[in-house]
Amino acid sequence: MYKVLLCWRYLRTRYIALASIISVMLGVATMIVVNSVMAGFTTEMRNRLHGILSDVIVESRSLEGMRDAAWHMEQIDKAAGQWIEGMTATAAVPAMLSYQYGGQWITRQVQLVGIDERNYGNVSDCAKYLQHPANREQLSFELRQGGYDTHDHQAGPEAPPRRQMQKAGWEHRREVARIRAFEEQFSGRASADSAPPWAMQQADADAGTTDALDAPVDPFARHQKPERKFDASKQQHTGLVLGIALASFRTPEGEDRFLVMPGDDVKLTFPTAGTPPKAVSDNFTIVDLYESKMSEYDSSFVFVPIDKLQQLRGMIDPQSGTGMVNAIQIRLKPGVDDTMVRDRLRQAFTPELYAVQTWRDKQGPLLAAVQMETAILNVLLFLIIAVAGFGILAIFLMIVVEKTRDIGILKSLGASSRGVMGIFLVYGLSLGMVGSGVGMVLGLLFVRYINEIADLLGRLTGRPVFDPSIYYFYKIPTLVDPMTVGWIVVGAMGIAVMASVLPAMRAAMLHPVEALRYE
Amino acid sequence: MNKSHETIAAPITPHRRGEPHAHGRAPSDSGLQLDALGEADSGHITREPASSDASQAADDTSLAMVHLAAVGLKKSYRKGPVEVPVLRGLDLVVAQGEFLAVIGQSGSGKSTLLHLLGTLDGPDEGEIYFDQRRIDNLPSTQRDRLRNERFGMIFQFYHLLPELSTLENVLAPLMIGQSTWGFLKNRRKHVATATELLELVGLGHRLKHTPRELSGGEMQRAAIARALITRPALLLADEPTGNLDHATGLEIMKLLHSLNRQENLTIVMVTHDQALAEQADRVVRLADGRVEGQTAE
Repeated sequence: MYKVLLCWRYLRTRYIALASIISVMLGVATMIVVNSVMAGFTTEMRNRLHGILSDVIVESRSLEGMRDAAWHMEQIDKAAGQWIEGMTATAAVPAMLSYQYGGQWITRQVQLVGIDERNYGNVSDCAKYLQHPANREQLSFELRQGGYDTHDHQAGPEAPPRRQMQKAGWEHRREVARIRAFEEQFSGRASADSAPPWAMQQADADAGTTDALDAPVDPFARHQKPERKFDASKQQHTGLVLGIALASFRTPEGEDRFLVMPGDDVKLTFPTAGTPPKAVSDNFTIVDLYESKMSEYDSSFVFVPIDKLQQLRGMIDPQSGTGMVNAIQIRLKPGVDDTMVRDRLRQAFTPELYAVQTWRDKQGPLLAAVQMETAILNVLLFLIIAVAGFGILAIFLMIVVEKTRDIGILKSLGASSRGVMGIFLVYGLSLGMVGSGVGMVLGLLFVRYINEIADLLGRLTGRPVFDPSIYYFYKIPTLVDPMTVGWIVVGAMGIAVMASVLPAMRAAMLHPVEALRYE
Repeated sequence: MNKSHETIAAPITPHRRGEPHAHGRAPSDSGLQLDALGEADSGHITREPASSDASQAADDTSLAMVHLAAVGLKKSYRKGPVEVPVLRGLDLVVAQGEFLAVIGQSGSGKSTLLHLLGTLDGPDEGEIYFDQRRIDNLPSTQRDRLRNERFGMIFQFYHLLPELSTLENVLAPLMIGQSTWGFLKNRRKHVATATELLELVGLGHRLKHTPRELSGGEMQRAAIARALITRPALLLADEPTGNLDHATGLEIMKLLHSLNRQENLTIVMVTHDQALAEQADRVVRLADGRVEGQTAE
């Protein structure tokens, strides 16, 4: 009883001790803020990473791909069918993307992914990052009339609007076609295709390969082509979904400027499946943009229908008519451990020919880096609290000296050494509790209002703390994990108690007579 | 002063401890007996040699009458490499209900004696008996208990806890002696007792004041109230008036006297003031680490 009473009185009268726990408080607050922001970033990133990648991917080690997708799917089903919700075959190949803007050709290196529009959406969350609401429901490679988002649907209202997107779709396509027709008329040039200088060579290459490759499809297709006049205002090429960063750039103010939009035509050039590979190219029409907010993906991925890609690359087996695929993407049932399925599939497929990976394995280095960063930050910040512990130790030793006579009095009144020790341990604990409690409240408040604080700091320093053009977020993502907060608070209290053990033992060992004599 | 004498007598007597029964004293007339004892002794305080006094006490009084006894106490302190002997084989016997004054020059070891008697410190050699039980070699938990329940101590510098109010200071021994739950359960009763005691010592209006706000005399009276809260059998007073002016000192002495008489409280008071000491039932003088007149072994 007297322990609690005395602790309470000491707490209320010794402000120097309260000063010592300010460092505990700040340490706890900082740890909570850092952990919440890191967890927010990690979660956001994981969601993004996982968004485009399916749970488990069986990949062929060769760009050529694997021959029979159906057979492979059967094998997968045999090995781990009970945990699998859906599968889809994809074909991937590095490619060059070219489009015209303001009379100039812009060429970008991309990762071309052939997907099955019917079921790719079931396997990965990629569809929900598209810009047209209907495409988010069910992806279609047909250009939509209009109705594309004019506002980033994943961001809050603070994101600047994308006014250019108002016209995206057929309206934009018709307008472009009209302008182009007018230009052609004006210049009097017959060729509608304003091909770049190298287009001639490419056309040669085209001619050289398509003979063999297009054969199973329709040997006369090529010869019929020139006869059918392509009307850009009414027709579209094969649809394609472009990563948003390939089509736009972000101004420092956070506004997105689009170079091309749904409705525009682009050219893709990629190697064929033969050995040695030869370049083949074709026109595509952008039907939607893809925005996962992972700049790595947004600036490299291009999705096209898999059958078109197989056909262009010559991946279709003339005998069986089945196309080759590069990978089979698997979505697992909710709650299934992906590493377990991965290990089962690894046993079923020869590792020399197939790489079986989870989405985590694919992004392993990135996730590991973030994890290590969090761990190191935690260690450093916990060291700060430990330093605060030494502050408590010093101040406690001082208080014990100051209270020497009181300790003598208590002992003369019959308090045991353990009781005296208890006073200081309880005191340390209550200081820790106050420090980490206030720190927790501060930290949580900081996390709650972190964007407002960042804005304020930005305004004060004249330099934005959080630049949305660097990060693909408009605001700082945070995630408060109650478990982490709990551990931080308990750890801080533990340090406070540990720091008070030595002074408490000193107090307990004071000789009552010496203590009473102390002036 | 007579007034306070009466106020003390009234409420405390009903709670009187049972010891006097054991020693064959009728509780009702114990005060009278004490008065008689005091009168008898007051005339010839130091006339008799202390040694004979001690042995006489041992001989005359039945063993049961001996409340506190020290036998051959030796204690020395170390000051650097030099060992300074303070007590050199001191013998002392205190009878039940006696008011004993120990006088001596500063450095004669009076405070050390009091600390040894109060089990705050252990003797190098010798034994201490309290109620026929050896107490100097008890384990620390039992000594803590003894200090808490059977002994009351008052000091020259009052030694109140500055963080606590007067009332809380008085309650402190009860808080120490009882578990939190046990204390809280009887809190109301304890507070009433403490208030009563503080009213007895004339501090009824100072319950919520901190020691800082009290005068020296008031602090000492609060300290006495604190010493009495557990109804101890023995009060050890270390220069209780040493820091007070003469008038206040006399008041404190009167308070101690009335406690001694009305409560049959055994008091051992240490002082260097001859005049104060003479108010006690019996006076022993310390010199050379022994009771004066005691023969060296």
